[in-house]
Amino acid sequence: MAALVISEHDNQSLKAATFNAVAAALQCSPEVDVLVAGNSADVVATAASQIAGVRKVIQIDALNLADQLAEPLAAQILSLAGNYSYLLAPATASGKNVMPRVAAKLDVAQLSDITKVVSADTFERPIYAGNAIATVQSSDAVKVITVRTTGFDPVAATGGSAVIEKVAATDSAGKSAFVGRELTKSDRPELTAAKIIVSGGRGLGSGEKYQELVVPLADKLGAALGASRAAVDAGYVPNDYQVGQTGKIVAPQLYVAVGISGAIQHLAGMKDSKVIVAINKDPEAPIFGVADYGLVADLFTAVPELTKALS
Amino acid sequence: MKILVAVKRVVDYNVKVRVKSDNSGVDIANVKMSMNPFDEIAVEEAVRLKEAGIATEVVVVTAGVTQCQETLRTALAIGADRAILVEADTELQPLAVAKILKALSEKEQAQIIILGKQAIDDDSNQTGQMLAGLLDIPQATFASKVVIADGKATVTREVDGGLETIALSLPAVITTDLRLNEPRYVTLPNIMKAKKKTIDIVKPEDLGIDIAPRLKTLKVEEPPKRSAGVMVADVTALVEKLKNEAKVI
Repeated sequence: MAALVISEHDNQSLKAATFNAVAAALQCSPEVDVLVAGNSADVVATAASQIAGVRKVIQIDALNLADQLAEPLAAQILSLAGNYSYLLAPATASGKNVMPRVAAKLDVAQLSDITKVVSADTFERPIYAGNAIATVQSSDAVKVITVRTTGFDPVAATGGSAVIEKVAATDSAGKSAFVGRELTKSDRPELTAAKIIVSGGRGLGSGEKYQELVVPLADKLGAALGASRAAVDAGYVPNDYQVGQTGKIVAPQLYVAVGISGAIQHLAGMKDSKVIVAINKDPEAPIFGVADYGLVADLFTAVPELTKALS
Repeated sequence: MKILVAVKRVVDYNVKVRVKSDNSGVDIANVKMSMNPFDEIAVEEAVRLKEAGIATEVVVVTAGVTQCQETLRTALAIGADRAILVEADTELQPLAVAKILKALSEKEQAQIIILGKQAIDDDSNQTGQMLAGLLDIPQATFASKVVIADGKATVTREVDGGLETIALSLPAVITTDLRLNEPRYVTLPNIMKAKKKTIDIVKPEDLGIDIAPRLKTLKVEEPPKRSAGVMVADVTALVEKLKNEAKVI
């Protein structure tokens, strides 16, 4: 009844979301292996072998696994699937991309974005933009699962001593090819892993105001930067800043929403934050319905004041 | 080339759904239904490819109850050429829908199949990937830009941390992200024209597909409520609360 966790990495470093997926896997089975499928990902395999609670690391290296394209990655997962009752990946862009393909090939249903393991075959997952929580039971022989990272506390990155088993890649001549990548450069904490997030919305009015008001406040708090869909669509910030049903799901210790009204789709991405602060000039804004601390004020004066008060 | 677009009828995105008191599901009786927002983007993209002379025909498909015909009419008004409804009263889960779409795309010999990245009701984000897997063809999920040329699709995808571009041989499955395009408003003349377009109705049995649900929903509950917050008078009070009461800074 072993579980296999598909690790998230860029061939250089193991992504934090893997630790949350391992935590969920350990609630399904005491025997948890981690797959590191990549290209010359030795460093990643070593890091994975140190994760607390991991039994074995399976490393598969191949040129066409370098960019984690769905087709070759799914082929490698499928080659191992026979040994496992659970296949899990974090519900990141990569996990969401590959896992349903694996599930379909195995002719099983997938459990997306689980937030809780109730029992060996029963899980909780949010539906309708987080406005309802469904408890679902799977009767499939293999449970293919993506894990909402904010639903599980990460396991420790060290303390384990799993063996690394190198396995040859199965043939997976691809009908897709990687062309290029354009990543947003940032020295800040990653949005999904940050303790504090400062998020800006349409109320800011422009990208300049976002830089002028939100960024200094985030600097003061050591926070990651987020945004509502309105701010992204208006071009204030890149789209990977977006928090919400269709963007990133976050649950930091402190979430500061500046000039964000609080549409259902935005709340779906942040309402599990521990403390929510809202600064908005509209006292009727729905964001105040979930905020622990609300300040009805003009953000153009309140935000600089707040930044200054924290100095 | 022919493009197949899959659409879903869902509770309108502006509706705040309520969980039924017996915890059997959410109450969707007398609630406004619309086309899933990501699917509107999918239809729009297909119609643009036709307008650009790349596609010759856009076929829109859905699976579900009789009322799904309204959703198909909307897609026809946006510019799809014809529609297929796979009529079923039972609950349809992503795997079942992917199997239905597989049968239809093989029958129609579609070169490109476009779906939304996820439906805003079950939030699964599975069907497109499952379809690509069943057909054993390449997939490009979360697309924000699609270029079709030389028998190949070059797709820019929204991934964590930025964008990535991949090239796929055709046939291929593409799922749309929000920023792919801005769907057009349907005009009255186009709504009238859409009424003349055909909707074929088939049954899952005709396609020889098992659509039985694989996952059993045991219960549906309200998410835990957040305790009521407080309004603070000014920035000083806010900082004081965050430092001494919440202890988060």
